[in-house]
Amino acid sequence: MCKNKLTEKMFHELDVYIDSIEDKNGALISVLHKAQDIFGYLPSEVQLYISRKLDIPAAKVNGVVTFYSYFTEEPRGEHVINVCFGTACFVRGAEGILRELEDKLKIKAGQTTPDGKYSIDALRCVGACGLAPVVIVDGKVFGRVKKEEVSSLLKDI
Amino acid sequence: MSRYRMHLLVCGGTGCKASQSDKIIENLNELVIKNGLDKEVQVVATGCFGFCEKGPIVKVLPDNVFYIEVKPEDAEELVNEHVIKGRVVERLLYIEPTLKEKIEQHKEMPFYKKQIRIALRNCGFINPEDINEYISVDGYQALGKVLTEMTPQQVIELMKKSGLRGRGGGGFPTGLKWEFARKYESDIKYIICNADEGDPGAFMDRSVLEGDPHSVLEAMAIAGYAIGASKGYVYIRAEYPLAIERLELAIKQARETGLLGNNIFGTEFSFDVDVKYGAGAFVCGEETSLINSIEGNRGEPNNKPPFPAEKGLWAKPTSVNNVETFANIPPIILKGAEWFSSIGTENSKGTKVFALAGKINNVGLVEVPMGTTLREIIFDIGGGIKDGKEFKAVQTGGPSGGCIPKQYLDTPIDYDNLSKIGSMMGSGGMIVLDESDCMVNVAKFYLEFTVDESCGKCTPCRVGNKRLYEILTKIVEGKGTEQDLKDLRELGEIIKDTALCGLGQTSPNPILSTLNYFWDEYEAHVKDKKCPSGVCTALLKYIIIPEKCVGCTLCARVCPVNCISGQVKKVHEIDQNICIKCGACQKACKFNAIERK
Amino acid sequence: MGQIKSLDELKALRDKIKDNIDIREAGEQDTNIRVLVGMATCGIAAGARETLNALFEEAKKQGVNNLTIIHSGCMGACHSEPTVEVRVPGEEPILYGNVTPDKAKEIIDKHIKNGELVQNLIIGKPFETV
Repeated sequence: MCKNKLTEKMFHELDVYIDSIEDKNGALISVLHKAQDIFGYLPSEVQLYISRKLDIPAAKVNGVVTFYSYFTEEPRGEHVINVCFGTACFVRGAEGILRELEDKLKIKAGQTTPDGKYSIDALRCVGACGLAPVVIVDGKVFGRVKKEEVSSLLKDI
Repeated sequence: MSRYRMHLLVCGGTGCKASQSDKIIENLNELVIKNGLDKEVQVVATGCFGFCEKGPIVKVLPDNVFYIEVKPEDAEELVNEHVIKGRVVERLLYIEPTLKEKIEQHKEMPFYKKQIRIALRNCGFINPEDINEYISVDGYQALGKVLTEMTPQQVIELMKKSGLRGRGGGGFPTGLKWEFARKYESDIKYIICNADEGDPGAFMDRSVLEGDPHSVLEAMAIAGYAIGASKGYVYIRAEYPLAIERLELAIKQARETGLLGNNIFGTEFSFDVDVKYGAGAFVCGEETSLINSIEGNRGEPNNKPPFPAEKGLWAKPTSVNNVETFANIPPIILKGAEWFSSIGTENSKGTKVFALAGKINNVGLVEVPMGTTLREIIFDIGGGIKDGKEFKAVQTGGPSGGCIPKQYLDTPIDYDNLSKIGSMMGSGGMIVLDESDCMVNVAKFYLEFTVDESCGKCTPCRVGNKRLYEILTKIVEGKGTEQDLKDLRELGEIIKDTALCGLGQTSPNPILSTLNYFWDEYEAHVKDKKCPSGVCTALLKYIIIPEKCVGCTLCARVCPVNCISGQVKKVHEIDQNICIKCGACQKACKFNAIERK
Repeated sequence: MGQIKSLDELKALRDKIKDNIDIREAGEQDTNIRVLVGMATCGIAAGARETLNALFEEAKKQGVNNLTIIHSGCMGACHSEPTVEVRVPGEEPILYGNVTPDKAKEIIDKHIKNGELVQNLIIGKPFETV
């Protein structure tokens, strides 16, 4: 499935959600969460759409989207690889793992490979400090990852 | 309601779930049914036991046997041996490292021995997804007592007398906070539960919400009654999907049983709770930022006063309290202020939950009385430093706190003592650092975090922290000067005094505390251009020891940048200008002829 | 699930469902009398499960709440199964043999409640435990 396509069905799903909210006051962040769930990211078309629907200036919508690190304006890769950068993971070698990933995939944290297959991100603490350092691939948590294991981790995806 | 003679409690916290505790539960259930024991044996998914280092945990009650590092395939042996035949599966017991003895009962483990669990009382004991289990352990009794026997003023007096202070960082007395919010007249008031646990390395709020969500809901309703609010919000990080799921389920169950909603316990009091998601902004842990975020805006802080108690959410009186604070409240109501204030120190009452992490043997969540020393927490409970290395420092309070060196290990920890030695309680993150950690690099790590998370509203934080970060980068790259060290201190002090909110006012702490306690490490980086811990790669050098080199050419062949030259059977040499310090040569050398300096 | 309309209703509900949690709590009480039922293959074949359930039911019926009932492995007295060991904190453990469900009641009545040994069932004091 191509994730970058914004289909009418998706907009309809968003409509249904927005219409279900009783008190639209202060609902912007919840709507953005839902929209990112549906579209995978928040391109300007979607932001504009939400701005009109909620009757909020587009500048404000964009201001909120860019303020929070959870929201992204770029489409993500098919597989999202998050390296936890909480303190526990940091002191147990998360930096080396991230560098290894960046070298192997030839992109920086926050970027997506040109073929749209992988994205890498450094994430704030996921709270699984007992397993540090932690790598999360498509929502699945891998604990006590070693630098040397990165290639095999990529192969298994 | 059926009664089971044996209970298999399996940890369903995020850490253990990542190690397949779901599958363990599934396998156990299957085997229990297969053996026709499903009326006698109950498999319960509980919240976090705190002993995350050795997860997944399975605890058998009433036998009181504690199994660690259980794998899904171990389920068969557990059921066949322990459940059916009553024989303890020795190989899954915890082995106490200092005694080399196997320990059956978790109370005997040094990890649990010194703990007193108030906020975490139900974590690892009840099924958080079943309101009946919470009711069985006297859940919602405190709310009932408050609504039917006490006036709001009496509740506030009780909280004041208990001495409970905010567990989210600042340590403001909870009773006082409620009293302020009660004072302001308004048609509507709000209670907010701050579950935006942003400190990287702290996970107690997540554990409470995952393991005992009803206790937070109950306490929010009590707070609502005390200040005169009828509506509550839990503001929670979107990165905690499991906690969100359990919290939403708990709200649904509480509404269905009438413990949230209109006319609770047949009284005039009505209260309901909704969940609002954060979106990844550390500054939203600050109460005014958090309120802005709930209103759907950028989470930037406001000037105080006015405090939220006067003008909070939608400009109405609001009390913002943290998850752990709330979790302490029902026991205080039921057992009394005297009971609570008998635990702890002069100005810090009760217990505090700490998230132990870093270079420590027993990573996990511990709850100890205020006044416990760092040494007890790190060495007795935490089991000491990993791999037998030397303790160097402990970082408390996250990006707002500081690093505490060895000489303060015997300090009893409470709010005041921690600030006295240049750190702070914060949310309770405790990261242990050993001899191989570079303190300059640790300070840089926290500054990078602050720079990233600064909302940009005020100049000292936006620009000042960026400058601090640049200076630190210069130092770890070996380009630092002595003037830089002076600048770090001066700029740090200025930011502390002038920033708008708590984030900026505390962000220089990691630098200032390391400057105070680890000055020699900074000096080594600046004057000698050396990193004593061997962490900062720019200051490292790989050198071939001529006496040991036999000229086998192996190092030259593995070098990714071809910076090693030399002829066969002659001493080789590394060109320091090209070397990228990857260490491949050192790993390859069979004669230990390459030294890292 | 019904609505809870008063504090009394909540307390009544708690009392009704508390049993289950009590078993967990009992396991954590060091001061409780621990009653171990031998549940190895031979014990089960001899009816240990019925004995175990009888102990539970009787304790509940009589409101005895200072005991923890645990099933244990083979206690080495296979000739006298089902076997039940009673450990009163601070006292030497006592091992009973041939404990049928009605004998289980007797153990609760005499030993647990009144500290009086059921002499005719004793098959010995178990081996020293380390």
